[in-house]
Order: sequence, then C-alpha cells, then structure tokens
Amino acid sequence: MSTPAHNAKVMNRLALTKRLVAQLKRDEAVIGGIGNTNFDLWASGQRPQNFYMLGSMGLTIPIALGVAIAQPQRHVLALEGDGSLLMQLGCLSTVAVRAPKNLTIIVWDNGIYQITGSQPTATTTADLVEIARASGIAKAHWAADEDDFDRRVKEALSGGPSLIAARIDHQPGVGEVERDPVRIRQNFMSGIGLR
Amino acid sequence: MRLSEPNSSWHEIIQAALKANEVKLVTYVPDRVFTPLISSLHADSDFTTFACTREEEAVGINTGAWMGGMRSALLMQTSGFGTIANALASLVVPSQIPLIMFVSERGVFGEFNLGQAMVCRTMRPVLDSIAIVNHTLTRLDELEFSVDRSIKQAVATQAPVCFILSPLLTGGKVFKA
Repeated sequence: MSTPAHNAKVMNRLALTKRLVAQLKRDEAVIGGIGNTNFDLWASGQRPQNFYMLGSMGLTIPIALGVAIAQPQRHVLALEGDGSLLMQLGCLSTVAVRAPKNLTIIVWDNGIYQITGSQPTATTTADLVEIARASGIAKAHWAADEDDFDRRVKEALSGGPSLIAARIDHQPGVGEVERDPVRIRQNFMSGIGLR
Repeated sequence: MRLSEPNSSWHEIIQAALKANEVKLVTYVPDRVFTPLISSLHADSDFTTFACTREEEAVGINTGAWMGGMRSALLMQTSGFGTIANALASLVVPSQIPLIMFVSERGVFGEFNLGQAMVCRTMRPVLDSIAIVNHTLTRLDELEFSVDRSIKQAVATQAPVCFILSPLLTGGKVFKA
C-alpha cells in the first residue's frame, strides 16, 4: 500500500534523520546533501561513514551511486532535499537503469528552498515519488508517518534501489557542519575502509 | 614498455592506458567522435561503462566512485564541459578528487556551429582559473605517454586532469563547407 503525498504526515527532518541513523548497523555510507539536510545529518551524530557535501547542489544521489558502484557489498544512502533533487532529476533514471541493490534515496520535501529564504519549490505541484516511479524506480514511496518511515527504511536496507520521500516541516537544520572538504572526504574514505 | 599494439588508433591507445592504470568505471555523455571508444569500452568486461543524463551527474558519480576506492574516467564533448564548472570548483577541486576527464574538442578547425565555437573558448579559461592540469592532445605518437603518465600523476597528487582531444588527433567531426 502506498500513501499519496497529500496523505503523508508532515514530520521533522532531524527526528527522522535520527530514526534513520538508528537503523544503520552495518557501516552503511551516508551522503548528505547541501544545507539543512547536511546540518541535521551532522546533528544526528558524526558517523565516520558520513559524507557532507559543501557545494555541488544536486549531486548527492550521483555521488551515492558512485560509492554504491565502487562498494557493492556496502549499502549507501543519499539524503537529498526537494530543491536539490529537482535540479538533477535525470539522476533518478540513471539509478533506475543501473539498478544498484545497495542504494537508498531519502528525500526531505518541505516544498521550499529553505536556506535561501524559503522560496517555494515546484513540489507544490510536482510529486517526487511519482517522478521516481516514472523514472523506473519501482520502490518509491511516501512515508505516511514515523513508523511507516522506519518500516520503509528497514525494507530499503534489505535491497534497492529505493526512494523514500518524507514531507517535513520548516524547522531549520541544527548542526554546524565542519567546512574542511579534504578532511570530510578523508574521514569518509577511512570510515568506509580506505586510506 | 608499450601499453598498446604498434599502429593502434587513438581510441585503442586510450583504452589500453585506462586499463593499465586500473580504471574500472567509464561514464559518458555521448559524442560522435567518441563512438568507437565508447563501443569498445562497452564490449570490454574490464570496464563498467554507461551513459549519464548530464556531465555534472557523471562528475558526481565518478567522485563517489573514487571515494569508494574505484578509479574512473569521464568522456564528454566541449559543450558538456561547459556545464560542469560548479561541480569542479565546489566538489572536485576542494575535495582533491583525481577526476580523469576526456573532452572531444569541438569549436575549432572547421566548426560550423557558432554555439560550439563560443563554448569552446570558455573551456581552457575555466580549467586554468581553477588550476586543473589540462593537456591538448594532437599527436598519436605522444598519446600513450601523455595519458598514461598524467593519470598516474592525477592519482599520485590527488588532483583532476583534463585531456582535450583535438580534431588533429581524432579527425573531429567533418562538415561540408
């Protein structure tokens, strides 16, 4: 059963990020998109397997796909905002074509470009789950509520590619991500067994 | 030691150099000039080769692959390079990713499309402005040395490299006058 967007509960990004991280028991890699997505990932605990993007808006999912291709035994998650994903919708069809079993995409949809002044995004009319499905990602769902989110994450970790979208409130992210890109990259690489 | 057979074509030489340097993943946005290389890479099980929807997307994928321990290369046309300045300047260069790029050069030596000619002029200034090592390859006899050594340098110094494949090397795209 799939929940339509308009029936999905509006939840909180930090709370969901914490619930997500609590399910990661196998050194899964997490790629955090720019802005508030990143800030709440940071605030959920600085796992060594986290990579925090500082620029390159829209490239969270492509980066995660690259890690997933390089390390097929490790599950990789991409955390992305609605505005960022709208910038790079083509990557959904690339993910569908490559069909990596070890990739999960999480989309936080608050309907705004929050960090630049809360201008509305096109998700006021566009449905990112429907777009993902039409791009060929069959396992694409809205999380109905927190429990449904947990259940869908568990399911996604057992085999993808999957996309889980959550409608979220307008609370800003709370963490302060470090700003040294080399250190972020090195920490991530050593966190996933390299260098 | 030579990596490719004598009298090899430019694309056979590049493929041999990629293989010798343990490049396993090749992403691309299609280009007519690259067609023989792309076909040959698809046919070679040593490589995972696939098309991306945008060059920027490929930059992200290759960056992720490097961070996951896999070497990769990106094939694109001049106009595609024109779309990736932000990804290079905000991801690849500051994160010290040895992204290996091949650009099939359009916009010179008989170009008929003004748009291609214009975007070509932006390419080297962009590369130079963010200090990305770039080589314009024109000669078959220097190709293996240039590509092989530069890939090694990119990996050793954790810095990207861009190979610009001139029509002098590839023949380019031919237009009727």
